[in-house]
Amino acid sequence: MSYEELDTEENRGRAAEIRARFPEGRERSALLPLLHLVQSVEGKVTPDGIRFCAEQLGITRAQVGAVATFYTMYKRGRTGNHLVSVCTNTLCGMMGGDKTYQALSKHLGVGHEETTEDGTITLEHAECLAACDYAPVLTVDYEFYNNVDEAKGLEIVQRLQAGEVPHPDRGAEPAGLAGIGEQLAGYGDGRPGAVADNATGEPTLRGIRLAADNDISVPGFDPNTPIPSKEGK
Amino acid sequence: MSPSPEVLQKLTPVLTKRWLSPDAWRINTYEKLDGYLGLKKALKSHPDDLIALVKDSGLRGRGGAGFPTGLKWSFIPQNDGKPHYLVVNADEGEPGTCKDLPMMMNDPHALIEGIVITCYAIRAERAYIYIRGEAVHAARRLRHAVAEAYARGYLGRNILGTGLNVELVVHSGAGAYICGEETALLDSLEGFRGQPRLKPPFPATHGLYSSPTVVNNVGTIASVPYIVLGGVDWWRQMGTEKSSGPMIYSLSGRVVNPGQYECTMGITLRELLELCGGMQPGHELKFWTPGGSSTPLFTAEHLDVPLDFDSVAAQGSMLGTTATQIFSDQDCPVYATYRWIEFYAHESCGKCTPCREGNYWMARILRRILSGAGTYDDLDTLLDACDNLLGRSFCALGDGATSPVTSSIKYFKQDYLDYIEGRKKPLLDARELVGAH
Repeated sequence: MSYEELDTEENRGRAAEIRARFPEGRERSALLPLLHLVQSVEGKVTPDGIRFCAEQLGITRAQVGAVATFYTMYKRGRTGNHLVSVCTNTLCGMMGGDKTYQALSKHLGVGHEETTEDGTITLEHAECLAACDYAPVLTVDYEFYNNVDEAKGLEIVQRLQAGEVPHPDRGAEPAGLAGIGEQLAGYGDGRPGAVADNATGEPTLRGIRLAADNDISVPGFDPNTPIPSKEGK
Repeated sequence: MSPSPEVLQKLTPVLTKRWLSPDAWRINTYEKLDGYLGLKKALKSHPDDLIALVKDSGLRGRGGAGFPTGLKWSFIPQNDGKPHYLVVNADEGEPGTCKDLPMMMNDPHALIEGIVITCYAIRAERAYIYIRGEAVHAARRLRHAVAEAYARGYLGRNILGTGLNVELVVHSGAGAYICGEETALLDSLEGFRGQPRLKPPFPATHGLYSSPTVVNNVGTIASVPYIVLGGVDWWRQMGTEKSSGPMIYSLSGRVVNPGQYECTMGITLRELLELCGGMQPGHELKFWTPGGSSTPLFTAEHLDVPLDFDSVAAQGSMLGTTATQIFSDQDCPVYATYRWIEFYAHESCGKCTPCREGNYWMARILRRILSGAGTYDDLDTLLDACDNLLGRSFCALGDGATSPVTSSIKYFKQDYLDYIEGRKKPLLDARELVGAH
């Protein structure tokens, strides 16, 4: 892709929309969403993407590059259609995430942040993904699969390799590494049903269900309880 | 075995209550479940009275540090002619912590309602939710809810005809644990690398764009509508005198039913284990984190410590994010510590030398111990590194990294010695060095 293909009227329009989320004179705040946007177009952050961000914000390419290299989610190497992230932080790792990561790495023949030859999958081991009650977890394009052991992990990547997209346990259908960038840039998910498609798993509801099943509740409040006023004192 | 009636009474579903209504994330359902009533009520009060109300409620920050929320709000200078900002910290990433994402997925309007009330109280016209990048599923729901709230007149110009203006933007991060630190978050939101700032000055006077800013956690802000509606006495019937209200305890690891349990502050792990069905068969409790990996480990000795801010601190740890990760006799505390230090080494932003270098070297020493080549000196070196880390970096990431190291050596020195003296089979020869960069 050339710079001209990135620097389109549509993308400039989006950059203007993103800048408008911030007060006048504070447009640099748009940098993280803009980097997500260029990654959604190119699948990774390229020198052209960095130049586009710099020009849209009136800062130097070095300033953009310094930011792009700081954050894990901006990929600079070759990426595949889908990003498979296996949590190997302590709890997930010890409960099976380490083994799953090794099995996927062996099956795919790639290591951390590497992409399969056929370009279908980029593999990474991730730090805590804030889903510890579903441990061990794996995400595809940041959509969640719960309680993933080796067999389940292998099945997920084999189906991805076959061109299928297995539906996640929580979240919407994985949109691809490029597809998700648009949402990360701050746009809503335009796919019908994607917002509703977010099934909450049992662990999330365990406490509240236990309370409901046993008729436990906090005594209701009177919504008209006055808010004390300083002047009234 | 089902939990005893006394323990069941410790469940206090408040913030999680709407989660059982499958459509509570839609504004029509939310409005039927007391939604936006708190805002309507709050807008009839003076902003100063709302700050006083939150102060009197005793609400303390749910993001880990437990700072009194009303006090934080009262530090915002008024009539200073500067714009004020509210920034919601939704960069949930502390290992073990998983309470804010379900909140935003299942009840996003509660957060939005809390934001509008808070903006009114602190006189802010702009608010940002900084949500971690990987939380695409929660951000999707949140952005949808924000659009609904704008359409219904709860956000934007002249909210509900009162003249109040609040603009709210959901801003996705890009994968950096450090951005959960409030000043690193602000730098990141300004479009820079997420690196912490030296404090003071504090965000209350020099926050986003050097303007007065309140940075609060998701759970803190989502609590506000309930306090406004129910009042101080109602709120304070839950929790303890100094740790008021309900708290979402996140149980994970070797338990039968991991999950989110909203309970009165001050519940113990023994009681939480009863609620979640106990340890998995064949597993015996060995160590656990009271509030994420940055809080010193507890052991089976601490089953009866009330999990509130002050009681946990009195026992040498921290309540943190009430993320209780539970490990058993089949889990190795040395390996757990090693893996956490790899995490801190990866996530250290590199600004402060003690944190950048300390974590890098501690990870190597731990790896050496686990590979069977450790020495007695290694334990001293680890503790020495912790001495040089604790309190010597700009932010709490460095401090947090010392927690698993010092506490695991304190409680499980024998496990370290077993590797050093060759009684335990080296763990790292047997496995790929996952996470080792």
